Amino acid sequence: MTYETVIGLEIHAQLSTASKIFCGCTMDFGTEPNSQTCPICLGMPGTLPVLNKRVVEYAMRMALATQCAINTRSVFARKNYFYPDLPKGYQISQYDRPLCEKGFMEIEIHGARKRIGLTRIHIEEDAGKLIHDRSPTQSHVDLNRCGTPLIEIVSEPDLRSAEEAGEYFRKIHQILRYLDICDGNMEEGSLRCDANVSIRPVGETMLGTRTEMKNLNSFRNVERAIEFEIARQIAKKENGETIEQETLLWDAATGTSRSMRDKEDAHDYRYFPEPDLMELRIDDAWIEAVRSAMPELPDIRVNRFVRQFGIPEYDAAVLTENKLLADYYEKATMGSVNPKAVSNWVMTDVMRILNEQKILIKDLKIRPEGVAELVNAVEKGLISGKIAKTVFLEAVETGESPKAIIESKGLVQISDSAEIEKVAHQIIDANPAQVQQYKTGKKNVLGFFVGEAMKATKGKANPKIVNELLRKYLDG
Amino acid sequence: MKHTYPSLATLGREIKTQTNSSAALVEECLKQVLEKNGPMNGFITVCSDEALARAEEIDAAIAQGKDPGSLAGIPIAIKDNISTKGILTTCGSKILENYVPIFDATVVQKLTAAGAIVLGKTNMDEFAMGSSTENSFFGPTRNPLDPEKIPGGSSGGSAAVVGAGMAPVALGSDTGGSIRQPAACCGVVGIKPTYGRVSRYGLVAYGSSLDQIGPITTSVEDAALLLNVICGFDEMDATSSPEPVPDFTATLNKGVEGLRIGLPREYFAQGLDETVRARVMEAVDNLKAAGAQVVDISLPHTEYAVATYYIIATAEASSNLARYDGVKFGFRAKDVSTLKEMYRETRSQGFGAEVKRRIMLGTYVLSAGYYDAYYKKAQQVRTLITEDFTKAFSQCDCIVGPAMPTMPFNIGEKANDPLAMYLSDIYTISLNLAGLPGISVPFAREGDSMPVGVQVFGRAFDEATVLAVAQAMESSANP
Repeated sequence: MTYETVIGLEIHAQLSTASKIFCGCTMDFGTEPNSQTCPICLGMPGTLPVLNKRVVEYAMRMALATQCAINTRSVFARKNYFYPDLPKGYQISQYDRPLCEKGFMEIEIHGARKRIGLTRIHIEEDAGKLIHDRSPTQSHVDLNRCGTPLIEIVSEPDLRSAEEAGEYFRKIHQILRYLDICDGNMEEGSLRCDANVSIRPVGETMLGTRTEMKNLNSFRNVERAIEFEIARQIAKKENGETIEQETLLWDAATGTSRSMRDKEDAHDYRYFPEPDLMELRIDDAWIEAVRSAMPELPDIRVNRFVRQFGIPEYDAAVLTENKLLADYYEKATMGSVNPKAVSNWVMTDVMRILNEQKILIKDLKIRPEGVAELVNAVEKGLISGKIAKTVFLEAVETGESPKAIIESKGLVQISDSAEIEKVAHQIIDANPAQVQQYKTGKKNVLGFFVGEAMKATKGKANPKIVNELLRKYLDG
Repeated sequence: MKHTYPSLATLGREIKTQTNSSAALVEECLKQVLEKNGPMNGFITVCSDEALARAEEIDAAIAQGKDPGSLAGIPIAIKDNISTKGILTTCGSKILENYVPIFDATVVQKLTAAGAIVLGKTNMDEFAMGSSTENSFFGPTRNPLDPEKIPGGSSGGSAAVVGAGMAPVALGSDTGGSIRQPAACCGVVGIKPTYGRVSRYGLVAYGSSLDQIGPITTSVEDAALLLNVICGFDEMDATSSPEPVPDFTATLNKGVEGLRIGLPREYFAQGLDETVRARVMEAVDNLKAAGAQVVDISLPHTEYAVATYYIIATAEASSNLARYDGVKFGFRAKDVSTLKEMYRETRSQGFGAEVKRRIMLGTYVLSAGYYDAYYKKAQQVRTLITEDFTKAFSQCDCIVGPAMPTMPFNIGEKANDPLAMYLSDIYTISLNLAGLPGISVPFAREGDSMPVGVQVFGRAFDEATVLAVAQAMESSANP
């Protein structure tokens, strides 16, 4: 039997606001345990939450970016459960009246666009962390993360393969980064993903029993875990077994999953409206204020780059992968005469350095203005493409501007025919054997003469002129 | 024997003009505490040394010509569910028997900034759950007017220490009548302000949508003075109101001439003790004589108030009390080997019977499959009760009725009958559900051994009218 896979993702994104969602604490990662806490996020008796407005605005940005409706009235709710990393014994979240509902996003799969529905986006607080490796008999609690603002982005069960799920997750990541509301760092847990997976025979409209897979902390793991789960479910079905509704924990190290809890001990979270917070009211003016401050989103930017700079859509898509790279390209293009040439530089040389040196574009020593100078120098025939590569590497190394490097090292290309003519004659005279070969029809010996000429001019001779002159003399 | 203090205004004047001193006043309180607190058990913690030291500082500041604030040098007793930095805050519970907060409640900050001195922390029903102060881990408090009787609850300690003269004034908290009912039992004045009037920051939550801090005093005027200090918007409490706070003492004596006073017929029906009814009606007659107009009104959903309250309050409590898990502060059970066992034993040993009963009730009404039938329904009834008041206040300017259906009962009398106990809040609970202000004023006839508490309810944020009517009633009373 052939099966169809049905997947929905629940993505938690930590918002990069300056302070926590309900108190004034900062949230630096990797600091001394329990150092970024106060009576409020520690849940001390008598403390009360006060909502950080920036959190609402960040969530609204995501809603606007994904065409969600923003509810003018939404309600915070308490999700009740006991766990040592949850100091109040409940998490303040949103339940039946979330901030945003009914949006969508487009992903591209094998050249075709597909629309993925968003059920909702709601605001909630993060819990702390348990640390088990400090002692063989005790667990420690670090509450620094408590009260970190989160948005939970819940998709419709519109994804049909691990690949689609991975693509969707990448797209969400990209948009969060573009909106500058989440740093997207999956290793530090800033972005987390759970997948709901079920299968059904092709043609069936009812959903199969789903399992929830947790701990998918990279794009690759989302895909691997879903592949694994699909295979597991199909194997069960084929063996005539039933699929249990359960929560599974993905183990990236072994590439397998294990059961966390089954339906038997499923939580009853006893959600009810949070009495310590008023209903969240949002008027049109507020929505408009957030909308007007929205950055340009990747899909729109791709189109604009194609239109404005005349570069291929492929280039535009690569360049807009992340906002800072796109900003870099756009800035370089502004100062240059050839946007496609700039695109080539950024896509190959710039991105190679970033990968090789594992640095962020903001730390790259050659700035966009420098790339523009390089492109312009080549375009004007001031330097050869080959020289440009060495200038680029030097600029990356030293941070000096390419213009300054070209001038100080005297790298300006020799385009003076008289000078090149002299060199050409010297080389022809010094290599009679090769001249003989050329004359007998081995035309590819021309390459040897060009190489010698470039060597003699330390690469500064304009290769086009060198070619022309050598051919003229050898043929003549 | 009863001990009384001059009014706060007089005390304040005497301290500021140095005809009296704060230190002498604190010593007078401590002497009363030494004499009476043993048998009465009104205080859980007495801050003798700290209070005296603070009093001396204030006296010294005054001697240097400084103005330490409108309550300079006045000692005040604080209910033990209000967070006091560095001072044990137990909520009358074993689970917090060793809990010393690292922050002051907003009301405590405001009082301290106005020069008031925390004299001690008063006994209460555990986590404010009760109507008799018998549900305290630290033992029951006795009524200052009759040691066999309950002092009411849950702010029984605060009402008792003020009634006994161990402190001139106190703060209590009122979730379903916990200020007004003990005030009625102990013959003192207790006011629950409008929900949102006083910051709840630092008040250990019982029923968050119902809880409100308020003064317990021997006079309406003292209550007004304290309200002037503790009311107002607080950015630490998202449910606190930005409504401007008037000077409540300015309109105290405006009288009741022409005021329409509503008598809800449901508050004078079956179950009301005859003595209570008689005294309340006498108080109403006095208001009439002073020029008020009496209007018959109806609050038709009154009969559902107790049930509604015990769903909403316990639902919120079941969540509010989840943080007492033995992980971070307070009591942790010993000799446990797993996390689940630690939770179970800590909470089983740390909470008293009534608290456990309410946590279970609240957990039940929020459970999957029961939420709509109980919690949601209760919220709908709460809206109806609020609408009853809105309608009533189109016919009258304030409402007068009894604070308690009976005179205070004996300690132990209803200890095993929680339903009977719950019904003692029947006249106070609706007000919390509607979020409105209400006061209980003692009213007695010559020869009465105990006064009756007469309640005055007002419109939202109209504490001024409530206080003026209470003041008129007080001056016509005969204690």
